[in-house]
Amino acid sequence: MSRRGDWVYENNGGTCVAIAGADYCVVAADTRLSVGYNILTREHSKICELADKCVIASSGFQGDIKALQKNLAARELLYQHQHNKRMSCPAMAQLLSNTLYYKRFFPYYAFNVLGGLDSEGKGCVYSYDAVGSYERTGYSAQGSGSTLIMPVLDNQLKSPSPLLVPARDAVTPLSESEAVDLVKDVFASATERDIYTGDKVEIVVINKAGTRREYIELRKD
Amino acid sequence: MAGSMELPTKGGFSFDLCRRNAMLEKTGHKMPGFRKTGTTIVGLVFTDGVVLGADTRATEGPIVADKNCEKIHFMAPNIYCCGAGTAADTEAVTDMVSSQLQLHRYATSRESRVVTALTLLKTHLFNYQGHVSAALVLGGVDVTGPHLHTVYPHGSTDTLPFATMGSGSLAAMSVFELKYREGLTREEGIALVAEAIRAGIFNDLGSGSNVDVCVITKGNTEYLRNHELPNPRTFVSSKGYSFNKGHTEVLSTKITQLKLKPEVADGDAMEE
Repeated sequence: MSRRGDWVYENNGGTCVAIAGADYCVVAADTRLSVGYNILTREHSKICELADKCVIASSGFQGDIKALQKNLAARELLYQHQHNKRMSCPAMAQLLSNTLYYKRFFPYYAFNVLGGLDSEGKGCVYSYDAVGSYERTGYSAQGSGSTLIMPVLDNQLKSPSPLLVPARDAVTPLSESEAVDLVKDVFASATERDIYTGDKVEIVVINKAGTRREYIELRKD
Repeated sequence: MAGSMELPTKGGFSFDLCRRNAMLEKTGHKMPGFRKTGTTIVGLVFTDGVVLGADTRATEGPIVADKNCEKIHFMAPNIYCCGAGTAADTEAVTDMVSSQLQLHRYATSRESRVVTALTLLKTHLFNYQGHVSAALVLGGVDVTGPHLHTVYPHGSTDTLPFATMGSGSLAAMSVFELKYREGLTREEGIALVAEAIRAGIFNDLGSGSNVDVCVITKGNTEYLRNHELPNPRTFVSSKGYSFNKGHTEVLSTKITQLKLKPEVADGDAMEE
Protein backbone atom coordinates (compact mmCIF):
# COMPACT_ATOMS: atom_id res chain seq x y z
CA MET A 1 0.00 0.00 0.00
CA SER A 2 1.27 3.42 -0.89
CA ARG A 3 1.74 6.09 1.77
CA ARG A 4 1.84 8.96 -0.71
CA GLY A 5 0.65 12.30 0.65
CA ASP A 6 2.56 12.26 3.90
CA TRP A 7 6.35 12.49 3.84
CA VAL A 8 7.69 9.14 4.96
CA TYR A 9 11.29 9.81 3.98
CA GLU A 10 14.27 11.33 5.71
CA ASN A 11 17.48 12.56 4.11
CA ASN A 12 20.56 11.09 5.74
CA GLY A 13 23.01 12.94 3.49
CA GLY A 14 26.29 11.62 2.19
CA THR A 15 28.15 11.61 -1.10
CA CYS A 16 29.04 8.77 -3.50
CA VAL A 17 31.56 8.86 -6.36
CA ALA A 18 32.61 6.23 -8.89
CA ILE A 19 35.28 6.35 -11.60
CA ALA A 20 35.83 3.68 -14.27
CA GLY A 21 39.20 3.06 -15.90
CA ALA A 22 40.37 0.68 -18.62
CA ASP A 23 40.88 -2.25 -16.21
CA TYR A 24 39.73 -0.97 -12.84
CA CYS A 25 36.86 0.81 -11.10
CA VAL A 26 36.96 3.06 -8.04
CA VAL A 27 33.83 3.41 -5.92
CA ALA A 28 33.90 5.76 -2.94
CA ALA A 29 31.53 7.21 -0.36
CA ASP A 30 31.88 9.15 2.88
CA THR A 31 30.87 7.44 6.12
CA ARG A 32 28.82 10.19 7.78
CA LEU A 33 25.17 9.49 8.57
CA SER A 34 23.22 12.60 9.55
CA VAL A 35 19.76 14.08 9.84
CA GLY A 36 19.10 17.81 10.04
CA TYR A 37 21.97 19.38 12.00
CA ASN A 38 22.76 16.13 13.85
CA ILE A 39 25.34 13.45 13.13
CA LEU A 40 23.87 10.00 13.81
CA THR A 41 27.16 8.16 13.29
CA ARG A 42 30.59 8.90 11.84
CA GLU A 43 31.24 5.40 10.51
CA HIS A 44 28.35 4.08 8.49
CA SER A 45 29.33 2.35 5.27
CA LYS A 46 27.26 3.36 2.25
CA ILE A 47 29.03 0.83 0.02
CA CYS A 48 27.79 -2.73 -0.52
CA GLU A 49 29.54 -5.50 -2.47
CA LEU A 50 26.77 -7.18 -4.44
CA ALA A 51 28.84 -9.56 -6.57
CA ASP A 52 32.56 -10.31 -6.90
CA LYS A 53 33.07 -7.56 -9.51
CA CYS A 54 30.12 -5.32 -8.68
CA VAL A 55 29.79 -2.71 -5.93
CA ILE A 56 27.00 -0.27 -5.14
CA ALA A 57 27.23 3.04 -3.23
CA SER A 58 24.01 4.77 -2.20
CA SER A 59 22.99 7.99 -0.47
CA GLY A 60 19.53 9.23 0.46
CA PHE A 61 17.31 7.60 3.08
CA GLN A 62 19.25 4.87 4.91
CA GLY A 63 16.07 2.89 5.65
CA ASP A 64 15.28 2.54 1.96
CA ILE A 65 18.94 1.99 1.07
CA LYS A 66 19.22 -0.91 3.53
CA ALA A 67 16.05 -2.49 2.13
CA LEU A 68 17.17 -1.97 -1.47
CA GLN A 69 20.67 -3.38 -0.97
CA LYS A 70 19.28 -6.38 0.96
CA ASN A 71 16.83 -7.03 -1.86
CA LEU A 72 19.54 -6.85 -4.53
CA ALA A 73 21.86 -9.12 -2.54
CA ALA A 74 19.07 -11.69 -2.17
CA ARG A 75 18.28 -11.54 -5.89
CA GLU A 76 21.97 -12.03 -6.66
CA LEU A 77 22.03 -15.14 -4.44
CA LEU A 78 19.01 -16.58 -6.27
CA TYR A 79 20.78 -15.87 -9.56
CA GLN A 80 23.85 -17.76 -8.33
CA HIS A 81 21.77 -20.81 -7.45
CA GLN A 82 19.83 -20.77 -10.71
CA HIS A 83 22.74 -20.09 -13.08
CA ASN A 84 25.71 -21.44 -11.14
CA LYS A 85 27.69 -18.20 -11.63
CA ARG A 86 27.94 -14.74 -10.14
CA MET A 87 25.89 -11.94 -11.67
CA SER A 88 27.79 -9.61 -14.04
CA CYS A 89 27.89 -5.88 -13.40
CA PRO A 90 25.78 -4.94 -16.47
CA ALA A 91 23.15 -7.50 -15.37
CA MET A 92 23.08 -6.08 -11.87
CA ALA A 93 22.73 -2.61 -13.40
CA GLN A 94 19.58 -3.67 -15.26
CA LEU A 95 18.24 -5.45 -12.17
CA LEU A 96 18.73 -2.31 -10.08
CA SER A 97 16.89 -0.22 -12.65
CA ASN A 98 13.97 -2.68 -12.71
CA THR A 99 13.88 -2.83 -8.90
CA LEU A 100 13.73 0.96 -8.67
CA TYR A 101 11.08 1.34 -11.37
CA TYR A 102 8.96 -1.38 -9.75
CA LYS A 103 8.35 1.18 -7.00
CA ARG A 104 7.74 4.05 -9.44
CA PHE A 105 4.91 5.62 -7.39
CA PHE A 106 6.35 4.96 -3.91
CA PRO A 107 10.04 5.09 -4.70
CA TYR A 108 13.08 4.00 -2.77
CA TYR A 109 14.55 7.35 -1.66
CA ALA A 110 18.00 6.21 -2.79
CA PHE A 111 20.53 7.72 -5.17
CA ASN A 112 22.84 5.02 -6.41
CA VAL A 113 26.07 4.58 -8.28
CA LEU A 114 27.03 1.10 -9.35
CA GLY A 115 30.62 0.33 -10.22
CA GLY A 116 32.56 -2.73 -11.26
CA LEU A 117 34.07 -4.59 -14.17
CA ASP A 118 32.03 -5.75 -17.16
CA SER A 119 32.35 -9.24 -18.70
CA GLU A 120 35.40 -8.11 -20.73
CA GLY A 121 37.13 -6.84 -17.58
CA LYS A 122 36.67 -3.16 -18.46
CA GLY A 123 35.70 -0.71 -15.73
CA CYS A 124 32.07 0.38 -15.75
CA VAL A 125 30.00 2.91 -13.81
CA TYR A 126 26.21 3.14 -13.85
CA SER A 127 24.43 6.12 -12.36
CA TYR A 128 20.74 6.27 -11.42
CA ASP A 129 17.91 8.49 -10.31
CA ALA A 130 15.50 7.34 -7.60
CA VAL A 131 13.01 5.73 -10.01
CA GLY A 132 15.33 3.69 -12.21
CA SER A 133 16.50 5.86 -15.08
CA TYR A 134 20.09 4.77 -15.64
CA GLU A 135 23.06 5.24 -17.89
CA ARG A 136 26.50 3.70 -18.28
CA THR A 137 29.09 6.43 -17.81
CA GLY A 138 32.81 6.80 -17.21
CA TYR A 139 32.37 8.52 -13.84
CA SER A 140 29.57 9.73 -11.63
CA ALA A 141 28.78 11.51 -8.36
CA GLN A 142 25.58 11.22 -6.35
CA GLY A 143 24.25 12.62 -3.08
CA SER A 144 24.57 15.82 -1.07
CA GLY A 145 28.04 16.78 -2.35
CA SER A 146 27.44 15.77 -5.98
CA THR A 147 26.82 19.36 -7.14
CA LEU A 148 30.27 20.31 -5.86
CA ILE A 149 32.09 17.25 -7.19
CA MET A 150 30.53 16.62 -10.60
CA PRO A 151 31.91 19.76 -12.32
CA VAL A 152 35.42 18.88 -11.12
CA LEU A 153 35.12 15.36 -12.52
CA ASP A 154 33.75 16.81 -15.78
CA ASN A 155 36.77 19.08 -15.99
CA GLN A 156 39.34 16.40 -15.15
CA LEU A 157 37.87 13.39 -16.93
CA LYS A 158 35.54 14.72 -19.61
CA SER A 159 33.80 11.74 -21.17
CA PRO A 160 33.05 11.27 -24.86
CA SER A 161 29.52 12.11 -25.95
CA PRO A 162 27.21 9.07 -25.78
CA LEU A 163 25.86 10.11 -29.20
CA LEU A 164 29.12 9.47 -31.08
CA VAL A 165 29.08 6.88 -33.88
CA PRO A 166 30.83 4.51 -33.50
CA ALA A 167 30.35 4.59 -29.70
CA ARG A 168 33.49 5.36 -27.73
CA ASP A 169 34.51 3.73 -24.46
CA ALA A 170 33.31 5.80 -21.53
CA VAL A 171 36.39 5.08 -19.43
CA THR A 172 38.76 7.66 -18.03
CA PRO A 173 42.38 7.93 -19.17
CA LEU A 174 43.76 8.05 -15.63
CA SER A 175 45.80 5.30 -14.01
CA GLU A 176 44.35 3.53 -10.98
CA SER A 177 46.44 5.45 -8.44
CA GLU A 178 45.70 8.77 -10.14
CA ALA A 179 41.97 8.01 -9.99
CA VAL A 180 42.19 7.12 -6.28
CA ASP A 181 44.08 10.38 -5.59
CA LEU A 182 41.43 12.33 -7.51
CA VAL A 183 38.69 10.72 -5.44
CA LYS A 184 40.50 11.60 -2.20
CA ASP A 185 40.90 15.18 -3.39
CA VAL A 186 37.29 15.72 -4.45
CA PHE A 187 36.05 14.33 -1.14
CA ALA A 188 38.41 16.53 0.87
CA SER A 189 37.15 19.51 -1.15
CA ALA A 190 33.45 18.64 -0.89
CA THR A 191 33.86 18.23 2.87
CA GLU A 192 35.10 21.81 3.09
CA ARG A 193 31.80 23.17 1.76
CA ASP A 194 29.07 20.54 2.25
CA ILE A 195 27.93 20.09 5.84
CA TYR A 196 26.54 16.58 5.16
CA THR A 197 29.86 15.19 3.86
CA GLY A 198 32.67 14.33 6.27
CA ASP A 199 34.34 12.08 8.85
CA LYS A 200 35.88 9.45 6.52
CA VAL A 201 35.90 8.26 2.90
CA GLU A 202 35.63 4.58 2.17
CA ILE A 203 37.26 3.76 -1.16
CA VAL A 204 36.72 0.42 -2.88
CA VAL A 205 38.99 -0.38 -5.83
CA ILE A 206 37.95 -3.25 -8.12
CA ASN A 207 40.45 -4.74 -10.59
CA LYS A 208 41.63 -8.07 -11.97
CA ALA A 209 43.17 -8.99 -8.63
CA GLY A 210 39.85 -8.54 -6.79
CA THR A 211 38.55 -5.76 -4.55
CA ARG A 212 40.61 -3.63 -2.19
CA ARG A 213 39.29 -1.28 0.49
CA GLU A 214 40.96 1.83 1.91
CA TYR A 215 39.98 4.74 4.13
CA ILE A 216 41.15 8.31 4.57
CA GLU A 217 40.10 10.73 7.27
CA LEU A 218 38.02 13.82 6.46
CA ARG A 219 37.13 16.88 8.51
CA LYS A 220 34.87 15.98 11.42
CA ASP A 221 33.09 19.35 11.86
CA MET B 1 -15.32 56.58 15.08
CA ALA B 2 -15.69 55.57 11.49
CA GLY B 3 -12.62 54.36 9.59
CA SER B 4 -9.06 54.37 10.82
CA MET B 5 -6.71 57.29 10.60
CA GLU B 6 -3.58 57.13 8.42
CA LEU B 7 -0.65 57.85 10.71
CA PRO B 8 2.71 58.96 9.38
CA THR B 9 5.31 56.21 9.75
CA LYS B 10 7.91 56.55 12.45
CA GLY B 11 10.62 54.87 10.41
CA GLY B 12 11.82 51.29 10.61
CA PHE B 13 10.87 48.34 8.43
CA SER B 14 7.92 48.58 6.06
CA PHE B 15 5.76 45.47 5.98
CA ASP B 16 3.73 46.68 2.95
CA LEU B 17 5.15 44.01 0.69
CA CYS B 18 4.36 41.08 3.01
CA ARG B 19 0.94 40.57 1.41
CA ARG B 20 2.45 40.63 -2.06
CA ASN B 21 5.14 38.15 -1.00
CA ALA B 22 2.54 35.81 0.54
CA MET B 23 0.61 35.95 -2.75
CA LEU B 24 3.75 35.24 -4.80
CA GLU B 25 4.61 32.30 -2.56
CA LYS B 26 1.12 30.87 -3.17
CA THR B 27 1.76 31.01 -6.91
CA GLY B 28 4.87 28.91 -6.37
CA HIS B 29 7.66 31.51 -6.21
CA LYS B 30 10.48 30.92 -3.75
CA MET B 31 11.85 33.79 -1.67
CA PRO B 32 15.61 34.29 -1.92
CA GLY B 33 17.51 32.70 0.95
CA PHE B 34 19.83 34.54 3.30
CA ARG B 35 22.99 33.67 5.13
CA LYS B 36 22.27 32.17 8.54
CA THR B 37 25.10 31.57 10.92
CA GLY B 38 24.00 28.14 12.19
CA THR B 39 26.27 28.70 15.09
CA THR B 40 27.76 27.82 18.42
CA ILE B 41 28.36 30.84 20.65
CA VAL B 42 29.08 30.75 24.36
CA GLY B 43 30.18 32.87 27.30
CA LEU B 44 31.07 32.43 30.95
CA VAL B 45 31.99 34.53 33.97
CA PHE B 46 35.24 33.73 35.77
CA THR B 47 36.90 35.23 38.84
CA ASP B 48 37.73 38.62 37.38
CA GLY B 49 36.07 38.85 34.00
CA VAL B 50 34.19 37.14 31.21
CA VAL B 51 35.22 34.83 28.37
CA LEU B 52 33.26 34.75 25.12
CA GLY B 53 33.63 32.08 22.44
CA ALA B 54 32.35 31.34 18.94
CA ASP B 55 32.88 28.98 16.03
CA THR B 56 33.64 30.44 12.58
CA ARG B 57 31.26 28.69 10.13
CA ALA B 58 28.55 30.53 8.18
CA THR B 59 26.07 28.45 6.20
CA GLU B 60 23.48 28.96 3.49
CA GLY B 61 21.31 25.86 3.73
CA PRO B 62 23.60 22.83 3.44
CA ILE B 63 26.48 24.82 1.94
CA VAL B 64 29.28 26.43 3.96
CA ALA B 65 29.30 30.07 2.81
CA ASP B 66 32.24 31.22 4.95
CA LYS B 67 34.76 28.91 6.61
CA ASN B 68 36.32 31.56 8.82
CA CYS B 69 33.87 34.34 9.69
CA GLU B 70 33.91 36.51 12.81
CA LYS B 71 30.99 36.08 15.16
CA ILE B 72 32.37 37.97 18.18
CA HIS B 73 31.45 41.59 17.52
CA PHE B 74 32.87 44.74 19.06
CA MET B 75 30.40 46.76 21.13
CA ALA B 76 32.69 48.94 23.27
CA PRO B 77 36.33 48.55 24.35
CA ASN B 78 35.10 46.72 27.46
CA ILE B 79 32.07 44.95 25.90
CA TYR B 80 31.87 42.33 23.14
CA CYS B 81 28.89 40.44 21.75
CA CYS B 82 28.59 37.02 20.05
CA GLY B 83 25.90 36.76 17.40
CA ALA B 84 23.84 33.85 16.05
CA GLY B 85 20.98 33.92 13.57
CA THR B 86 20.84 35.85 10.30
CA ALA B 87 24.36 37.19 9.69
CA ALA B 88 23.11 40.54 8.38
CA ASP B 89 20.92 41.10 11.45
CA THR B 90 23.58 40.26 14.04
CA GLU B 91 26.08 42.48 12.23
CA ALA B 92 23.66 45.40 11.79
CA VAL B 93 22.26 45.31 15.30
CA THR B 94 25.68 45.12 17.00
CA ASP B 95 27.11 47.89 14.79
CA MET B 96 24.15 50.10 15.51
CA VAL B 97 24.26 49.65 19.27
CA SER B 98 28.04 49.98 19.21
CA SER B 99 27.75 53.44 17.65
CA GLN B 100 25.01 54.45 20.09
CA LEU B 101 27.33 53.43 22.94
CA GLN B 102 30.18 55.48 21.48
CA LEU B 103 27.93 58.58 21.28
CA HIS B 104 26.79 57.91 24.84
CA ARG B 105 30.43 57.80 25.96
CA TYR B 106 31.13 61.12 24.23
CA ALA B 107 28.12 62.63 26.01
CA THR B 108 28.90 61.22 29.46
CA SER B 109 32.69 60.79 29.41
CA ARG B 110 32.28 57.49 31.19
CA GLU B 111 32.99 53.88 30.26
CA SER B 112 29.97 52.09 28.78
CA ARG B 113 28.06 49.70 31.00
CA VAL B 114 26.92 46.26 29.89
CA VAL B 115 23.32 46.92 30.98
CA THR B 116 23.23 49.94 28.67
CA ALA B 117 24.16 47.78 25.69
CA LEU B 118 21.67 45.16 26.86
CA THR B 119 18.80 47.64 27.08
CA LEU B 120 19.57 49.14 23.65
CA LEU B 121 19.67 45.67 22.08
CA LYS B 122 16.49 44.34 23.66
CA THR B 123 14.40 47.45 22.94
CA HIS B 124 15.42 47.31 19.28
CA LEU B 125 14.74 43.58 18.99
CA PHE B 126 11.41 43.84 20.83
CA ASN B 127 10.30 46.66 18.50
CA TYR B 128 10.76 44.33 15.56
CA GLN B 129 8.82 41.48 17.15
CA GLY B 130 11.38 38.80 16.32
CA HIS B 131 11.75 39.78 12.64
CA VAL B 132 15.32 40.88 13.33
CA SER B 133 16.66 37.39 13.91
CA ALA B 134 19.62 37.99 16.18
CA ALA B 135 20.34 35.68 19.12
CA LEU B 136 23.16 37.16 21.15
CA VAL B 137 25.54 36.45 23.99
CA LEU B 138 26.61 39.79 25.45
CA GLY B 139 29.54 40.03 27.82
CA GLY B 140 31.69 42.72 29.35
CA VAL B 141 33.30 44.22 32.41
CA ASP B 142 32.26 47.67 33.65
CA VAL B 143 32.45 49.74 36.82
CA THR B 144 29.97 47.34 38.49
CA GLY B 145 31.97 44.21 37.63
CA PRO B 146 31.77 41.40 35.05
CA HIS B 147 28.41 40.70 33.36
CA LEU B 148 27.07 38.08 30.97
CA HIS B 149 23.68 38.15 29.25
CA THR B 150 21.81 36.33 26.52
CA VAL B 151 19.39 38.16 24.23
CA TYR B 152 16.72 36.33 22.23
CA PRO B 153 15.40 37.55 18.84
CA HIS B 154 12.07 38.65 20.38
CA GLY B 155 13.84 40.83 22.95
CA SER B 156 13.80 38.75 26.11
CA THR B 157 17.03 38.60 28.09
CA ASP B 158 18.76 36.47 30.71
CA THR B 159 21.56 37.24 33.14
CA LEU B 160 23.66 34.15 33.68
CA PRO B 161 27.05 32.90 34.95
CA PHE B 162 27.41 30.78 31.77
CA ALA B 163 25.43 30.87 28.54
CA THR B 164 25.20 29.26 25.09
CA MET B 165 23.27 30.16 21.93
CA GLY B 166 22.75 29.02 18.36
CA SER B 167 22.19 25.61 16.77
CA GLY B 168 25.15 24.17 18.72
CA SER B 169 23.91 25.55 22.05
CA LEU B 170 22.82 22.14 23.36
CA ALA B 171 26.18 20.52 22.64
CA ALA B 172 28.02 23.45 24.25
CA MET B 173 25.67 23.64 27.25
CA SER B 174 26.24 19.97 28.03
CA VAL B 175 29.93 20.78 28.48
CA PHE B 176 29.17 23.79 30.67
CA GLU B 177 26.66 21.88 32.81
CA LEU B 178 29.26 19.17 33.35
CA LYS B 179 32.30 21.32 34.10
CA TYR B 180 31.36 24.89 35.05
CA ARG B 181 31.92 25.99 38.62
CA GLU B 182 32.30 29.27 40.42
CA GLY B 183 35.77 30.74 40.80
CA LEU B 184 37.38 29.53 37.58
CA THR B 185 40.76 31.04 36.76
CA ARG B 186 41.36 32.86 33.49
CA GLU B 187 43.14 29.87 31.92
CA GLU B 188 40.47 27.42 33.10
CA GLY B 189 37.80 29.74 31.71
CA ILE B 190 39.43 29.94 28.27
CA ALA B 191 39.93 26.15 28.19
CA LEU B 192 36.29 25.49 29.14
CA VAL B 193 34.96 27.95 26.55
CA ALA B 194 37.15 26.37 23.86
CA GLU B 195 35.94 22.90 24.83
CA ALA B 196 32.30 24.01 24.68
CA ILE B 197 32.83 25.52 21.21
CA ARG B 198 34.58 22.36 20.05
CA ALA B 199 31.56 20.35 21.24
CA GLY B 200 29.43 22.51 18.94
CA ILE B 201 31.91 22.36 16.04
CA PHE B 202 32.10 18.56 16.04
CA ASN B 203 28.54 17.61 16.99
CA ASP B 204 26.44 20.26 15.26
CA LEU B 205 26.54 20.42 11.45
CA GLY B 206 25.59 24.13 11.54
CA SER B 207 28.84 24.92 13.34
CA GLY B 208 32.40 24.23 12.27
CA SER B 209 35.96 25.33 11.47
CA ASN B 210 37.84 27.31 14.14
CA VAL B 211 37.47 28.53 17.71
CA ASP B 212 37.43 32.29 18.38
CA VAL B 213 37.79 33.49 21.97
CA CYS B 214 37.55 36.91 23.62
CA VAL B 215 38.66 37.51 27.21
CA ILE B 216 37.52 40.69 28.94
CA THR B 217 38.91 41.68 32.34
CA LYS B 218 38.93 44.99 34.20
CA GLY B 219 40.76 47.46 31.97
CA ASN B 220 41.90 44.82 29.48
CA THR B 221 40.40 43.04 26.49
CA GLU B 222 42.08 40.23 24.58
CA TYR B 223 40.59 39.06 21.28
CA LEU B 224 42.07 35.61 20.49
CA ARG B 225 41.04 35.24 16.82
CA ASN B 226 41.42 31.60 15.69
CA HIS B 227 42.52 30.53 19.18
CA GLU B 228 42.28 26.89 17.99
CA LEU B 229 42.32 25.45 14.46
CA PRO B 230 40.99 21.91 14.94
CA ASN B 231 39.94 21.29 11.33
CA PRO B 232 42.83 21.32 8.86
CA ARG B 233 42.33 19.95 5.35
CA THR B 234 42.91 16.20 5.46
CA PHE B 235 44.19 15.53 1.95
CA VAL B 236 46.09 17.66 -0.52
CA SER B 237 46.72 16.36 -4.02
CA SER B 238 50.40 15.74 -4.60
CA LYS B 239 50.41 16.93 -8.21
CA GLY B 240 48.02 19.90 -8.06
CA TYR B 241 46.00 21.10 -11.01
CA SER B 242 47.18 23.16 -13.93
CA PHE B 243 45.11 24.46 -16.80
CA ASN B 244 46.66 24.92 -20.22
CA LYS B 245 46.32 28.28 -21.88
CA GLY B 246 43.73 28.13 -24.64
CA HIS B 247 41.70 25.53 -22.73
CA THR B 248 38.58 27.59 -23.39
CA GLU B 249 37.69 27.97 -27.04
CA VAL B 250 37.27 31.57 -28.22
CA LEU B 251 34.12 31.76 -30.34
CA SER B 252 34.23 35.45 -31.26
CA THR B 253 36.09 38.60 -30.32
CA LYS B 254 34.81 42.15 -30.19
CA ILE B 255 36.89 45.06 -28.99
CA THR B 256 35.21 48.32 -28.07
CA GLN B 257 37.56 51.32 -28.06
CA LEU B 258 37.26 53.38 -24.86
CA LYS B 259 36.49 57.07 -25.36
CA LEU B 260 39.45 59.29 -24.55
CA LYS B 261 39.23 61.40 -21.42
CA PRO B 262 37.74 64.83 -22.38
CA GLU B 263 40.17 67.68 -21.83
CA VAL B 264 39.10 70.69 -19.78
CA ALA B 265 39.44 73.65 -22.16
CA ASP B 266 39.81 76.41 -19.60
CA GLY B 267 39.60 76.78 -15.85
CA ASP B 268 41.84 75.23 -13.17
CA ALA B 269 42.27 71.55 -12.85
CA MET B 270 40.49 70.07 -9.84
CA GLU B 271 42.48 69.77 -6.65
CA GLU B 272 43.83 66.32 -5.88
